Amino acid sequence: MLFFSYFKDLVGKEVTVELKNDLAIRGTLHSVDQYLNIKLENTRVVDQEKFPHMLSVRNCFIRGSVVRYVQLPPEGVDIELLHDATRREARGG
Amino acid sequence: MSWAGPEDIYLSTSLASYLDKKLLVLLRDGRKLLGILRSFDQFANAVLEGACERVIVGDLYCDIPLGLYVIRGENVVLIGELELEKEELPPHMTRVSETEIKRAQKVEREASDLKGTMRKRMEFLDMD
Repeated sequence: MLFFSYFKDLVGKEVTVELKNDLAIRGTLHSVDQYLNIKLENTRVVDQEKFPHMLSVRNCFIRGSVVRYVQLPPEGVDIELLHDATRREARGG
Repeated sequence: MSWAGPEDIYLSTSLASYLDKKLLVLLRDGRKLLGILRSFDQFANAVLEGACERVIVGDLYCDIPLGLYVIRGENVVLIGELELEKEELPPHMTRVSETEIKRAQKVEREASDLKGTMRKRMEFLDMD
């Protein structure tokens, strides 16, 4: 559940989600769930030319299983905190 | 199982807020389906009413009507809400008939097949 909690803290931040089909979408993180399905708002596709059908999509739901990367804002990563949480999880706490 | 209350729906990652709206569903094989979401579950299995497939070849496109579709969740890549007041596609794209888009698809497929066989024949040259 670590990454689920982690992504929950990122709600409201601007992220770029890169999918396994090379589609990269930038938008405001609206919500995540246990499968790491993601909902984005105010989305725009990074390579608009290649994906014209995405032009009028402003809000979207992305299935967690098709996500390759989530690019985070630099201030969204507190390594120290993540490190501690990882150890706690590993200990079964 | 308890249902999310109306105030939770818009804050959750469920597809409930997309019910009865016109959506674009991207599938893993690259297909694009348009339709109205009538039902879904936790796997993103979805029922689309009045579904059609949008085929895009270069600057040409066509919406092929399909009817009522149940989509198995594992094939879903993305479900997007379509802004109805906005142009759905860039203005330079033209709508053509089903026969024309099928022809354009065939031409495109043959071109990429040819490219593949050419590359195979040239492999002994060991380019890169």
